[in-house]
Formats: sequence, C-alpha cells, structure tokens
Amino acid sequence: MKNHIRQVLRSGKFMTGFIIIMLILLLVAVYPLLNPGNPLEMIGYNSFVKPGVYFSLYDSLDMESRHVYRFRLEGADELRIYNKFGTEDRIAVKEWLVRYGEREGVPGLTEEEIDVDDRYQLLDLWWEHYDPTLRLGMTIAASRVYQRLDARVAGIFNLEDYNVYTIWNEELEEYEVHQTTVVNDDYVNVNDIANRIWLPLGTENFGRDVMKQLVHAIRTSLMIGLVAGTIATAIGLLLGLVAGYVGGIVDDIIMFFTNLFTVIPGIVLLILISYSIGQEQRGAMTVAVVIGLTSWIWTARSVRSQVMSLRSRDHVNLSKLSGHSMPRIVVRDILPYVASYVVMAFVLQVSSGILAEAGLSMLGLGPKTTDVPTLGLMMNWAMRYTAHLMGAWWAYYPVVGVIALISFSLNLMNTGLDQVFNPQLREG
Amino acid sequence: MSSDNIEKAYSKENRELCLSGKGVTKVFGFGNRKTLAVDNVDFEFYTGDLISIVGESGSGKTTLIKMLLGLTSVTDGKIFFMGKERDIRTRQKKKEYWKGIQAIFQDPFSSYNIFNKIDSVLLDCIHMRGGRRLKKKEKIEMMREACSFVNLKFDEMTNKYPFELSGGQMQRLMIARIFLLRPKILLADEPTSMIDACSRATILDMLLKLRDEIGMMIIFITHDMGLAYYVSDTVYIMEKGKFVEYGSADEVVLNPKAEYTKQLLNDVPKIHDPWEFSRNRREVTAPD
Ligand SMILES: Nc1ncnc2c1ncn2[C@@H]1O[C@H](COP(=O)(O)OP(=O)(O)OP(=O)(O)O)[C@@H](O)[C@H]1O
Ligand SMILES: [Mg+2]
Repeated sequence: MKNHIRQVLRSGKFMTGFIIIMLILLLVAVYPLLNPGNPLEMIGYNSFVKPGVYFSLYDSLDMESRHVYRFRLEGADELRIYNKFGTEDRIAVKEWLVRYGEREGVPGLTEEEIDVDDRYQLLDLWWEHYDPTLRLGMTIAASRVYQRLDARVAGIFNLEDYNVYTIWNEELEEYEVHQTTVVNDDYVNVNDIANRIWLPLGTENFGRDVMKQLVHAIRTSLMIGLVAGTIATAIGLLLGLVAGYVGGIVDDIIMFFTNLFTVIPGIVLLILISYSIGQEQRGAMTVAVVIGLTSWIWTARSVRSQVMSLRSRDHVNLSKLSGHSMPRIVVRDILPYVASYVVMAFVLQVSSGILAEAGLSMLGLGPKTTDVPTLGLMMNWAMRYTAHLMGAWWAYYPVVGVIALISFSLNLMNTGLDQVFNPQLREG
Repeated sequence: MSSDNIEKAYSKENRELCLSGKGVTKVFGFGNRKTLAVDNVDFEFYTGDLISIVGESGSGKTTLIKMLLGLTSVTDGKIFFMGKERDIRTRQKKKEYWKGIQAIFQDPFSSYNIFNKIDSVLLDCIHMRGGRRLKKKEKIEMMREACSFVNLKFDEMTNKYPFELSGGQMQRLMIARIFLLRPKILLADEPTSMIDACSRATILDMLLKLRDEIGMMIIFITHDMGLAYYVSDTVYIMEKGKFVEYGSADEVVLNPKAEYTKQLLNDVPKIHDPWEFSRNRREVTAPD
C-alpha cells in the first residue's frame, strides 16, 4: 500500500494533474481574501466592459488639490493617435475613402492605395477628402455614422475641450459646474487617484466582475463535483459490493434497477428530475445531489463484476474458514482490492459531475441564478446575452478554459492512478 | 456405487467414520448451460486415513472439496460429519464446523490477502482456537512454534506481505496455519501443483509429519497417480464428476479395474521415465 502511494506520487501524469488542481484550489482560496465581496454584485452600469484597470475620471480631474504634474514627453501625440484611432474607425475611414472618395476634381482611391495601419496617411486623406455637408447618395443614417466618425477623428487632438466637471451640491441639490483646463501635457500619479478598480477579466452582461465570479464559480462547481462524485461513488460502491458479494435474489433486484437506469440515458433523467424540482428549489447542492443520484450506474456495475470474481478467490474462502463474518470479509478482503478502482472512478465522477452541471446550466436547468455563480451558469449567461456576438471573449473563454483545465487535470490524475494500480494488482 | 459396496471392498474395523456423503451432486448454471460438476457420489472417509482423490483437470475435485467445506451449496445429497448429518445453516454452526475441517488450496498466490501482513493469517488461527485473550508474547511463541514446524523462521516472516514470499514459503505457511488450527480433517487441494518439484517433496513430507503429529485425516487431491500411490492409504479415482474406482492404494494401483484408472496409470511412467533417466545419468557423470 505504501509502495503504491509512493508510486502514485512519482507518476508524472498524476502529479501534473494534481498540481494543476492544487493551483486552482490555491486561487480559489486566496483570491476572495484579496478581493472580497459578493460575486453577484452588479458593479458596472455598462455590460461587457473589457478587462483592465479602471481609474475614476472624476478623481483624476481633481484640480483643487493640485495633483496635476506636467511632462513634455516625446511621441505622446503619436501614442495618443495610435491608441485612440481604433481599428474599427480606421476601417470605416478606408471604406468611406474607397466608396465615396472620388468627386469632381478629386481623384478616387483604390483599395490597394490605402493602408489601414498607416494612421497618418488615413488622417491626411480623411481631412483632405471628407466633407460633412455632402450626402453622396447615402441614407441619412449612414451619413450620420460618418459625421460621428469625423467628430471622433477630430476629437483625437481636441483634449483641451475636456474642461468641465461638476460637484453635487447638497444644499442646492444640484450639480455645480466647475471650470478647469486640462492640456495635453497634464499628468496625474496613478497612486493619487482615490478610486480605481482592477477587472482582470472585465465585466459581463450584468456589469459583474467576471474574475470574482469565476473564482466563486470554480469553488461552487468543484463542490458540486465533489458532492456528486461522493454520492455516486458511495451508492455505486455499496450496491456493487452487495450485489456482487451477496448474489442471488439481492443481486437480481439490484441489477434490475441498474439495468433500468442504464437503458434511460443519464442526461435525460437528469433533465427530467431537474425540471420537476423547479427553478427556485434548485440550489447548487440540490443539483449536486441530483447529479450524484443519476450517475452511480457504471461504478455499481464494474464494482459488482470485480467483487463477483473476487468472492470466489481462495483468500476469501480462507477468510471464511477462519470464521470471519461477512461484513468483515467484505471490508477487509474485498474492499481493498476494489479500492484503487473506486478512487479512480471517484476522480472521474468528480470531473463528470462538473461537466454535468455545466450541461444542465447551459440548458437553463442548473442551480438558481440568484444564489452563487457556477461555471455552467456563467456559460449560460455568456450564451444567453450573446457575449460572443459582442466580442466579449473575456466572458466565456476563461470559463471554457477552466472547465477544460479541471476535467483535463482530473482525467490526467485518473490515468496516472490507472497506470500505477493496474499492473501492480495483477502482479501482487 | 453404494455404501454397501464400500463396506465390502475396504475393511474398516476399529476406525471411526469421520466424513461421508450420500448422493452428493453439484450442478452449476441452468438450462442448456448446465454443468454437472459432481455427479451423485457416495464416499466414506475414516479418521486417521490419508485419502487421495485422483482425477484429471475439470473432473470436479475442487468442487467436491468446496462442498465438503461448506463453501458452496450442495445441489443434492447429504454430507455426514462425525456420523451426524452436518448442519451449517447458521454462521455460528459453520464456525464450529470449520474448527473441525480445514483446507489448503491449489494456488498459494491467490490464497493470501495481499493487503494484510502474513502475521494476521496465523493470528486468525490462534483467535479461532480461542486464544484471543492470550498475551502477545504467548501468541508470538505459538506462531514461532508453527513456523519452525514448517522450517520457516518466524523472525524472517513477521511483518512481511504475502508477495514478499515464494510460492513454496506461502504453501508452507498454509501448513503452519493447519498446525495451529489442529482440525480433525484437512482437505488439501493439489497443494503442490503450483510449486517446483523440490519444494513439492518438502511440502508432502510436512503434510505427512503433520498427520502423524496431530492424527488428522487428510484428503489429498491430485491428478498425479504416482504421488497418490506414494502418500495415500486409500485412493478414489474421479472421472467427470463420478468416482469410478476406489480402494486401498495398492489395490487400485497394482490391480486397476476401471478403464480410466488404467489410462491414468499409463500416464505415470511418461512422467517418471525421464526423471529415472536423468538420475541414472547423473550417477554416471558425477565427478566423485
Ligand atoms: N463457479 C462455477 N461455475 C460454473 N462452472 C463451474 C464453476 N466451478 C467449476 N465449474 C465447472 O465444474 C467442473 C469441475 O471443476 P473443478 O474446478 O471442480 O475441477 P478440478 O477437478 O478441480 O480441476 P483442476 O484439476 O483443473 O483443478 C468444470 O467443468 C468447471 O468448468
Ligand atoms: Mg481444482
């Protein structure tokens, strides 16, 4: 036994999976300490805010306390253009130039002549060609789009205009307008800004912190996996042991139910049970229990067949001849032989429990949405609020990645255990 | 074959009937997958005897043994233990029965629980004989005695796992187990079939020594006619679940009646000839 444990610890596959799981657990344990709070709190007014650090604009305009410093930095304007003249705007500019650039006295431009990445060329061409007064056969809506684009392009350099801010006046119950001037060379120290927030994975459709949600979701999903796996393994082991060892009519009855469950696909049963429980009654633990109750079949079947071959082994006969009771024989002479298999089955059950929850939640049959986030619920929200159409990759790729990583590492652990236990058992 | 015939064929004055059976039958499976493993056999085994049951592979020897031990149910027929029909319906009665009848199995490698240290096998025997309350020192002394009976050193055996022993050592430990249990009947199911010829002789000697020491009856299962002749008083020949011939070893071997027995006897020289040959040759080529 000790020998086996040593071998498991030396197995590369097992250890890789184990270390990944441990790192995930570390994240789950530590992150909420550093960043406490309710993961379902809607902190943003906008949906799908992209990842990054956000500073309070208001606080950085705090001119009164004179936290403004002035630098003359080379290439500042270039960077500004680079940063503010976004890809979509540049493509729109090019499109306009190619389609409407040709007029009397002004030669047209071909697609090849314009490089979307050359911002200066684009800006020059735009100012040279664009005339907001011309309709050029566009609909009003379309021409509005280009007028707004023109305003944005102009705004890249018009930083001096940001010079108004307001303060809420308690007595008058209205905003007081303050005037100040902010110029190109004004800087503030990030540490002087009172309010900022780091959103490593942005926010999702409800304006909630995705990272915080993800960490809590991992914890809930792992719990669901563990509970479901424990229930499934316990039921499967118990029924397998009893059916296999006792045999006869008991075996027939247990196998009747097992076969019944085998014929009905687990996912169908899962959906039916979850549906009948009702949205409000489905807490994460209820879902875990339901998953556990519907996934013990294969454990029971294989434990049973192993026990059936073990029970006629001579060491069991010898144990009987030594006067041991049936429970003792089952626990001491049968259980250790199936233990390694059961551990492996458990690891897989945890993994498939997590996947089952994800599947159920995607169908809208997962835990209720007001309680705790789960990986499946996060997927469901991302899908339902079309994160993929919004280009909000941060709302679903990390979740998918975490699900894949967890089940990958659990399967890796399982393979590692398999390699250690199987040749040994036959040999020993 | 009826018990009358047995009476005529083999005299048994001054001997106590120890284990007997009437119409014992075992059927595995049902329908067209039915196997008749033991087919309506009668037998009478007497105290102190060494009985061999000889038969080829699949003739039902192990099945008969398991029935005698009460490890499998008997499909039909009755088994008598010490003159009375045996009753092993409760666990308590079974436990009592197993104090009188014990076994050594065919395959030493599957006779041990690989997760338990071998000490536990011997301790179980001491506990079964009512030694649960003995002091640890006394228990160790008993185990030491049992080990030395089978030429094993207890200090080398203790705290080891079964897979650290050789097949011969495992089987000898099984004999040590019987030494501690001191049953009236020992069923030895081909205890030497998985072991090399050298340890085979040692194990046979130990079995015989054990019989002399505690005066138990041994039922020795084998498929080797020569071996049966060498060790036993009485020989039963089993073919396809039936006893086709029985009698004293001399009678059966020197004057076989059944066709099957003759066939089995024909096989014996084939095994012994090369051995004889190599022994002669060794005598010739030996340097001194
Ligand atoms: N548990 C079982 N279920 C079904 N058939 C069985 C079972 N055990 C034994 N048999 C059948 O009963 C017959 C006798 O088997 P048994 O093991 O008693 O033979 P054996 O004489 O001990 O052979 P060997 O010398 O190989 O040990 C065989 O045909 C075997 O296939
Ligand atoms: Mg056999």
